[in-house]
Amino acid sequence: MRRFANSPLFIALWAALLFLPFRDLRSAGILFALLFAFLSLMFVIKKVKPLSCLPVRLRLPDMAGHRNILLLCVPILFFTFPFFMQNYYLDVLIMFGIYALLAMGLNIIVGTTGLLHLGFVAFYAIGAYTYAILNTRFGLGFWICLPVSAMLSAVAGALLAAPALRLKGDYLAIVTLGFGEIMHITLNNMSRLTNGPNGIIGIEPPSVFGVSLGRPDRYYYLVWAAVLLACFVIRRVTGSRIGLAWLAIRDDEIAASTMGINAMKYKLLACASGSFWAGLAGIFFAAKMRFVSPESFTFMESALVLCMIILGGLGNTYGAIMGAFILVLLPEVLREFQIYRMLVLGVGIVLIMIYRPYGILGGGSESART
Amino acid sequence: MLLQQLINGLTVGAVYAVIALGYTMVYGILELINFAHGEIYMLGAYLGIIFLGIFTSMGLTASHPVPALFLTIVLSTLFCSAYGYTMEKAAYKPLRHAPRLSPLISAIGISIFLQNFVMLTQGATDRVFPYRFGASGFHFLDVNVTWLQASIILVSAALMFSLHLFIMKTRLGKAMRASAQDLTMASLVGINVDNVISATFVIGAGLAAVAGVMVAAYYGVVNYFVGYIAGVKAFTAAVLGGIGSVPGAMLGGIILGLVESLGSAYISSEYKDVYAFIILIIILLVRPSGILGKHTEEKV
Repeated sequence: MRRFANSPLFIALWAALLFLPFRDLRSAGILFALLFAFLSLMFVIKKVKPLSCLPVRLRLPDMAGHRNILLLCVPILFFTFPFFMQNYYLDVLIMFGIYALLAMGLNIIVGTTGLLHLGFVAFYAIGAYTYAILNTRFGLGFWICLPVSAMLSAVAGALLAAPALRLKGDYLAIVTLGFGEIMHITLNNMSRLTNGPNGIIGIEPPSVFGVSLGRPDRYYYLVWAAVLLACFVIRRVTGSRIGLAWLAIRDDEIAASTMGINAMKYKLLACASGSFWAGLAGIFFAAKMRFVSPESFTFMESALVLCMIILGGLGNTYGAIMGAFILVLLPEVLREFQIYRMLVLGVGIVLIMIYRPYGILGGGSESART
Repeated sequence: MLLQQLINGLTVGAVYAVIALGYTMVYGILELINFAHGEIYMLGAYLGIIFLGIFTSMGLTASHPVPALFLTIVLSTLFCSAYGYTMEKAAYKPLRHAPRLSPLISAIGISIFLQNFVMLTQGATDRVFPYRFGASGFHFLDVNVTWLQASIILVSAALMFSLHLFIMKTRLGKAMRASAQDLTMASLVGINVDNVISATFVIGAGLAAVAGVMVAAYYGVVNYFVGYIAGVKAFTAAVLGGIGSVPGAMLGGIILGLVESLGSAYISSEYKDVYAFIILIIILLVRPSGILGKHTEEKV
């Protein structure tokens, strides 16, 4: 019975049966034929259970020996992109940079400190809307708004965390999710301040000494300078006593408190500093798009950023960037599949998790848990 | 006015409660927030529309509406249970021993997949429920209760009651309670944990399917993204009542429905979705494990 249940014929039949009510018999037949052919092929190749044989365990080349070369080559490569790339690709890379900032910020909260936060998009929204409102209403420039947006996000992050951190685990998760939803709905309904669902248009791009940085090639350098700065600062902080305290809280909060770590203080600090980078990502997003609307700040964004850090490897700063790379670039690469790309993305996320449960680059520590 | 809003709230709340049961049962055993559960509910609603559409074209709905509706619910439940079963085997079982957040991400992946699957096969526009229920009903203390509202409340109550009996009285229910207490110990005393987990997903998905068909009938239209907001609300209901607790999920769902309906009637309907979360935050701050949740001391 078990052998039959794992046979290609049965799996293909089962999938076709589940598919049937949503389309007609013909499509179900095609699905059955394709799936059966594919699984049988796999079955013959591997002679093992068809599901466990899809892609063999992804093994990354050992990069430790080439670390210095890699660290030198990647920045040079990134620096030269604007010289030969079309604006479309630069825009994708700018979005990659913005998501990398978000992912690194969330990684402090979820990966390093172990607090499952599902409303991260709220702070991204605060950063973006702060600049949008200050710029279009009061004519304040990008460089003044930059610290204001980021600091406001950080303060909001700490203010939300202060009551929510009394909760543990999944209760914390749902309260933060609720905060994200409240933010989204408020942006939609506070029409006088945020212009409701229509959003705010006409946001100015930043400029330096009268030179506008709105062009993709210039903006690219600005965003990636911020990403490099974030990467540097976050790695320094997580390596310091503060970072060690965060790791200790993640691994065992009671033990950490016993060792004299003020858990509440450090958790607040983690939420504030994570939100700081989200606010920064928000202002970069607003200045890039020159338009903000509540549609950009849904729960799906929070989920996407969470996917990034877990796909890359929880608690690993480079992993966060790697995750952002995959989830921003993958839909662009899959553009050829057009309408099927989100379908493929969903399956891809599941497959990566099954074959690399600790993330592609592996977690910061095996005991990663929340 | 107040009583009318209470009845409306109770109808919606009963549906939230039925969906929340699926969340809370899975969480009780696996400690997994099954984010794809809302999509199962959405699939149930779509299957209801599809099957009832078939019956309508056969002429069955016009001549015998009640058996047609009943058959629709049974068929969608069967299919959704199969979806729940397959989902668990394909996306969660391989991750049983992975870090805690990995199955959560897998669930988000499944959720994206199912949403887009339905969008591609059924189109991105609203689908209309093929049977229109009249506004006829009965008067009860000056309140007009439609037959549909009454049957939603009754069916939900019956489902919750039978689930309670099932968990308390049957062998499999006992095995579920044991697995919820301690998965490893349950397997050591001879419980087939894999079967228990499969059963949990099958039952949860079946309940969600019934809820989906009822909501599709109640609101009349369904879209491929209804699963997300219903899922979030139902999860909120489960946490409100104390996640892992079956009576808690029922209570949480009903409170949520009442708060929403009263809030949108007396304060402002624009912030309808906000009230649910505000109540949740307030209750969790007072009782950090939910209303009926047990507060467990952390063991060192």
